[in-house]
Amino acid sequence: MSEVTVQGGQEVVGVGRIEGPILVVEGGANVSYDEVVEIQDSRGQIRRGRVLEVGEGFAVVQAFAGSTGLSIDGTRVRFLGTTLHIPVAEEMLGRIFDGLGSPIDGGPEPLTDRYADVNGQPINPTARIYPRDYIQTGISTIDGVNTLLRGQKLPLFSGAGMPHDQLAAQIVRQATLGKLAGAPPTEGEEFAIVFAAMGVKNDVADYFRRSFTESGALTRVAMFLNLADDPPVERIVTPRAALTLAEYLAYEREMHVLVVLTDMTNYGEALRQISNVRGEVPSRKGYPGYLYSDLASMYERTGRIRTSKGSITQIPILTMPNDDITHPMPDLTGYITEGQIVLGRELNFAGIYPPVAVLPSLSRLMKDGIGKNRTRDDHPRWGAQLYAAYARTQDVRALASVIGEEELSDVDQKYLKFGRAFEREFVNQSFTENRTIERTLEIGWKLLSMLPKKELTRVTLDEIAIYYKGDDASN
Amino acid sequence: MSDQVGTITWISGPVVRARGSRHVGMLELVEVGADRLVGEVIGLKGDQMTVQVYEETAGMQTGAPIYGTGLPLSVELGPGLIQSIYDGVQRPLPLIEEAMGSFINRGARFDSISREKKWRYTSRVKVGDEVKGGAILGVAMETDTLEHRVMLNPDDSGTITWVAPSGDYTVTDPIAKLKMGKEEKTVTMLQRWPVRRARPFTNRRPANIPLITGQRILDTFFPVAKGGAAGIPGPFGSGKTVTQHSIAKWADAEIIVYIGCGERGNEMTEVLQEFPHLVDPRTGRPLMERTVLIANTSNMPVAAREASIYTGITIAEYYRDMGYHVALMADSTSRWAEALREVSGRLEEMPAEEGYPAYLAGRLAEFYERAGYVDNLNGTQGSVSIVGAVSPPGGDFSEPVTQHTKRFIRCFWALDKSLASARHFPAINWLDSYSEYLEDVGAWWREKTGKDWLTMRNRAMELLSEESRLSQIVKLVGPDALPYTERMVLETTRLIREGLLQQNATESVDAFSSVEKQIRMLELVLYFHERGMAIVKKGAPINLIHDLPVVDTIIRAKSTVTNEEITRFDEIQKQIDQQMGQLDAEYRS
Ligand SMILES: Nc1ncnc2c1ncn2[C@@H]1O[C@H](COP(=O)(O)OP(=O)(O)OP(=O)(O)O)[C@@H](O)[C@H]1O
Ligand SMILES: [Mg+2]
Repeated sequence: MSEVTVQGGQEVVGVGRIEGPILVVEGGANVSYDEVVEIQDSRGQIRRGRVLEVGEGFAVVQAFAGSTGLSIDGTRVRFLGTTLHIPVAEEMLGRIFDGLGSPIDGGPEPLTDRYADVNGQPINPTARIYPRDYIQTGISTIDGVNTLLRGQKLPLFSGAGMPHDQLAAQIVRQATLGKLAGAPPTEGEEFAIVFAAMGVKNDVADYFRRSFTESGALTRVAMFLNLADDPPVERIVTPRAALTLAEYLAYEREMHVLVVLTDMTNYGEALRQISNVRGEVPSRKGYPGYLYSDLASMYERTGRIRTSKGSITQIPILTMPNDDITHPMPDLTGYITEGQIVLGRELNFAGIYPPVAVLPSLSRLMKDGIGKNRTRDDHPRWGAQLYAAYARTQDVRALASVIGEEELSDVDQKYLKFGRAFEREFVNQSFTENRTIERTLEIGWKLLSMLPKKELTRVTLDEIAIYYKGDDASN
Repeated sequence: MSDQVGTITWISGPVVRARGSRHVGMLELVEVGADRLVGEVIGLKGDQMTVQVYEETAGMQTGAPIYGTGLPLSVELGPGLIQSIYDGVQRPLPLIEEAMGSFINRGARFDSISREKKWRYTSRVKVGDEVKGGAILGVAMETDTLEHRVMLNPDDSGTITWVAPSGDYTVTDPIAKLKMGKEEKTVTMLQRWPVRRARPFTNRRPANIPLITGQRILDTFFPVAKGGAAGIPGPFGSGKTVTQHSIAKWADAEIIVYIGCGERGNEMTEVLQEFPHLVDPRTGRPLMERTVLIANTSNMPVAAREASIYTGITIAEYYRDMGYHVALMADSTSRWAEALREVSGRLEEMPAEEGYPAYLAGRLAEFYERAGYVDNLNGTQGSVSIVGAVSPPGGDFSEPVTQHTKRFIRCFWALDKSLASARHFPAINWLDSYSEYLEDVGAWWREKTGKDWLTMRNRAMELLSEESRLSQIVKLVGPDALPYTERMVLETTRLIREGLLQQNATESVDAFSSVEKQIRMLELVLYFHERGMAIVKKGAPINLIHDLPVVDTIIRAKSTVTNEEITRFDEIQKQIDQQMGQLDAEYRS
């Protein structure tokens, strides 16, 4: 049934079976695992795909654009003898590509002879530099209590209808290299931005494009777009293509690169779909057992290495189905990334922007990028104290809802007031407000000063003496 | 050295099938494809063999050859292990970096232990000695303070016919000759051991000496014994890695084996950059000089992740055999179990729970069974303690890896998301955790500190569980409804939680608490409670106790009183006496 010709890559005419985006191609010889193929339909249209499994005389191929329009007899599959590569070049900044890395902005193919494998290779742990330089985002809930470092992967966990796009855009717009509190502003070294969209609506991509244009960043941005109406299977490649460019820029061109991936939940769905079509044994909620390793193969492409001054910082965005943080996508992401910024529904309802739910949020690398010689000496303990006080507020609120606010003790009343002020003055800031680190610290101390000194056990007595502004005169 | 034994017929991720099963053995190491990637035979059926490949298979073709080696997957053992960092199949990562740059490429082959480096070797046997497997033949200083005891392979025995004079030797130079039956065998400092086979010992001893970790919630409340096994399950971001790093830094073990199994690259880098600069309080030497690192991070090949656990435990057993106390950290055993699941899935094996293969429990049992405090073949005693992190999906402890692990460990440190969110660290929940070593290690505490640790510890636990009951009531009606005696319990448990249980791993004074500091702090808090209770019972309002300045002093003591200034606790106790004494006097009726 199939006929094989070898000529500029082996070609097989006709396929054995088509199921969803998966084709079983019979008759190829010496096909390699993970090889790229070109699939030609009966009208001569070409789409790309790749080999997921090879056996004797057959190969299982995944068509990135799906199988619509392919027929058993009229399909030709050409094996290209190499894994999927994309061109990489500095001039790709300022350009827009599709989910597989081909230009869609009307411009030419990037002029370069550098091609890189989209799968990348694992960074040797001995070659890494541990991240220590913080990025000032101008957002108190990040800089103050969930500090982001260069070379960190820190996702935004959000939900449908919440302003994660605005927050990501604000971070991208305001991000500069952090300085000591009180140091004069300098021209921040600017980030190159690699943006990948997976399955988001066109207006989301548009929003980012506008925001990059307005902030004058557009020439520093490369966009890889696989939108909601683009083929879902292509989504498997989109973040990898984006990261491949990011690695080139960071490790060969020594740039600081900020990678925004949205929406990883859509990526996960595409992976699940392929796995289900192939009849693999699922683990949780139909996701394949290798979801963790698959996500790690992208998230771990973050960091710094000793042979380059550059860095890759990743901000993946995930909308949590039903706001459920235990759903496999946010769950396994959280197990790989170095913390998470969680957006909260209630804060969003209350009109707080950005609605960062501080308690479930965390930056694991924060401890290494703040404090003495980095931000300010008291910063780590100040942060712990704010956390502890706000956590206590939650208990007090629960109690107040049972016995009524009037019945609360004096101290608990103060916690209630602290909590409200924390949300309105610390968490809340405008989309255009770019706070310095000293401003963030100052607001924090002002809020802590609403509490009796005795409650502040996480900061030192010396720090209380310097920064405490409350009316509690005891010591 | 290796002949073609088969031809590849099928490839899916890390799993490859080939024809030619007749020429290989189960669990034999093979070289796969034109690039000769390392793999291991994991199944034989008819003419087919199934191989798991320890490197990325992209680009591999059907029809490509498979070469046999005749050997099982093994590790190299000898001086030079300490301070090394390996991948899951013991390839030295620094050499890979030197040869290939910052990214790990395929096909890297390096000796795990340097063949060039010379060690000053001194023989401990003489010609004519009868030696049995495991016997110590001689010693070489592996670091300034660590004596590497060179042992005869456990499977060998015989009569010494020649010994090398004291001098500098590489690991492949002969250091002795041995007559085994009719054969004469040359012995070097290097030996190989198949990773999936536990190294033998004479017999197990009871595990009744605690592994002191310097972490108060562990040592004081949920101790693990040397030679014991502990599991530390918790959702993401709850503190598994920080706790394991703290144990790796401060535990009173002579050797640390740290396995980063399917976790983050940066975490291994952190250890690599930090440990050489931290000083081991016991030897005064950098912590790195007692550490072996295995790093098979989440983005490295998944089959090698499966092997990493075995590579680590075999190295740990080897140092145990020399008579050392070894502590092994595995972060995370869940990623190892997932590697098993991934390979099993590709083999289309019948899954049991959540896609895991039915042999998951068996493999976990085999791993934890390799912990122990033992009499070695050579008459020394040593131990391997295992601390395994578990990463349950969604933080749900009812999942298979957590549940099966619980069957094979005796110490359970349950991390709790809500404690972590409130930044109560270590976020180990004191009500859900347990240690079955409590009674066993009681005698050690008595001997070491002269104090009845267990009674005090149990008293503190009683107060904490009382607190949990009382806080249910407080949630419903507020604290004012409780009698002062019960509110006194809450005052004390706040001190226990904030002053004792919370411990900041990143703060220099607090990161490590000596046994003496731990027991003094415990004693002090309980003393505060007894004095306070007596006064409250006389009718003093609770807020007078709450407002005593000494409360703040006690909470801050963990980071203001260093391990060297234990006597300062006497001063704090005096403050309690003085301040409580005043109240007592006021309410004497
Ligand atoms: N004892 C501690 N002292 C101070 N901070 C701690 C302590 N334990 C945990 N933390 C904080 O919690 C964060 C998360 O801890 P850790 O990285 O150990 O989590 P984990 O359980 O290993 O998560 P994952 O499963 O995702 O690897 C740390 O980055 C640190 O901020
Ligand atoms: Mg961890």
